[in-house]
Amino acid sequence: MSARKAGLVACRSCGQVHQLGSTVCKRCGGPLQSRDEQSLQKVWAWLIAGIIAYIPANVYPMLLTSTLIERSESTIIGGVVELVDYGSYGVAAIVFIASVMIPIGKFVAVGYLALSIQYGWNDRQHQRHRAYEVVEFIGRWSMIDVFVVAILSALVQLETIATINPGIAAVSFALSVIFTMLAAQAFDSRLIWDADRTTT
Amino acid sequence: MTASLPPLDDLIACPQCDTLHQAQDLPPGSKAHCSRCGVLLMTSKPEAVARILALAITAFILMIAAVSFPFLSLDAGGLTNATSVIDAVLAFRDGLAFPLAVAVAFFIIVIPLMRLSALIYALGPLVRNAAPRSYARAAFTLAERLRPWSMAEIFIVGVTVALIKVAGLAAVTIGPAFWAFAGVVVITVLKDQMICRYSIWEMLDKAEA
Repeated sequence: MSARKAGLVACRSCGQVHQLGSTVCKRCGGPLQSRDEQSLQKVWAWLIAGIIAYIPANVYPMLLTSTLIERSESTIIGGVVELVDYGSYGVAAIVFIASVMIPIGKFVAVGYLALSIQYGWNDRQHQRHRAYEVVEFIGRWSMIDVFVVAILSALVQLETIATINPGIAAVSFALSVIFTMLAAQAFDSRLIWDADRTTT
Repeated sequence: MTASLPPLDDLIACPQCDTLHQAQDLPPGSKAHCSRCGVLLMTSKPEAVARILALAITAFILMIAAVSFPFLSLDAGGLTNATSVIDAVLAFRDGLAFPLAVAVAFFIIVIPLMRLSALIYALGPLVRNAAPRSYARAAFTLAERLRPWSMAEIFIVGVTVALIKVAGLAAVTIGPAFWAFAGVVVITVLKDQMICRYSIWEMLDKAEA
């Protein structure tokens, strides 16, 4: 039985249970909401912002490299291709997974979860909950590429021989990761289970 | 229906799916999961608070070392460039990227330090069996809420990727701060695994009564 059906509301940060209608947790002082009524609205807003920010992140360069002989700019995909050319397949895979597969997978997963609530789908609660947990856990790891850019640009500053500077794509990529993290946090996972009648 | 419910303080609702459970005293070393969605509800680890506190203090000291000592240095063609963690943050200081420098500073230095200080502040008196400090509850809530935004472990993976990228190009020397930072990451992961929110809230309740 859910707390809501029992006429109760639970605090999500400390677990304390209260009578439905209470608005402030008596234990940790946090706000109480049986369900976040605006959850979907916030999820869609952050998700769309995240997708929009992801476009310039792929179009503009992440890294600006200049050496004695040449100047080059590399995008996210360009960086992966470069690593494959060097033969560092493992690292290429890490960067590809963190910067391409995780962000796109997150857009799809969060969109799917939001649609499933919006249309009241009443099946596969366990799989959907699993998807939510994976998205929450893995989303932050997309930041890897931003940190790679930060370290490379700080480290490779050898005057004329070689310098690396960050490109503007690093900013939009970081924004995209932050927006999708906020989208995942705005999702109220309790909504997945509300249509479930099996355990009442 | 409400009449048959046990007292509210004996109930625990799953934070992820809202299923009600009756809280029980767990045998030491065991874990309780939600019966519907499987989320970990509580663990019982006696002495956990003392260990969490010890690890938090260690991580705090290492973090200060990680920020102050040289992190990495690069040698190529007679030129050397040494980098600290602060330099990595400052990589984004120019132009439009400036807000990103602030964000990176928060993700890898400020937020990890804030979480550690909040935990030390909230849990310190509990270990000495003293009454909790005022705002101990707010401090613990803050430490838990900031958890996803503390990205030290992601930073260290990023550094490893960057090292492999430059390794072919020039000689890289790893400084003491690198190991200190790696230490912070390992200790933080261990510490976060030990935190059982429910038990810590119970302890704060009991200590105040």
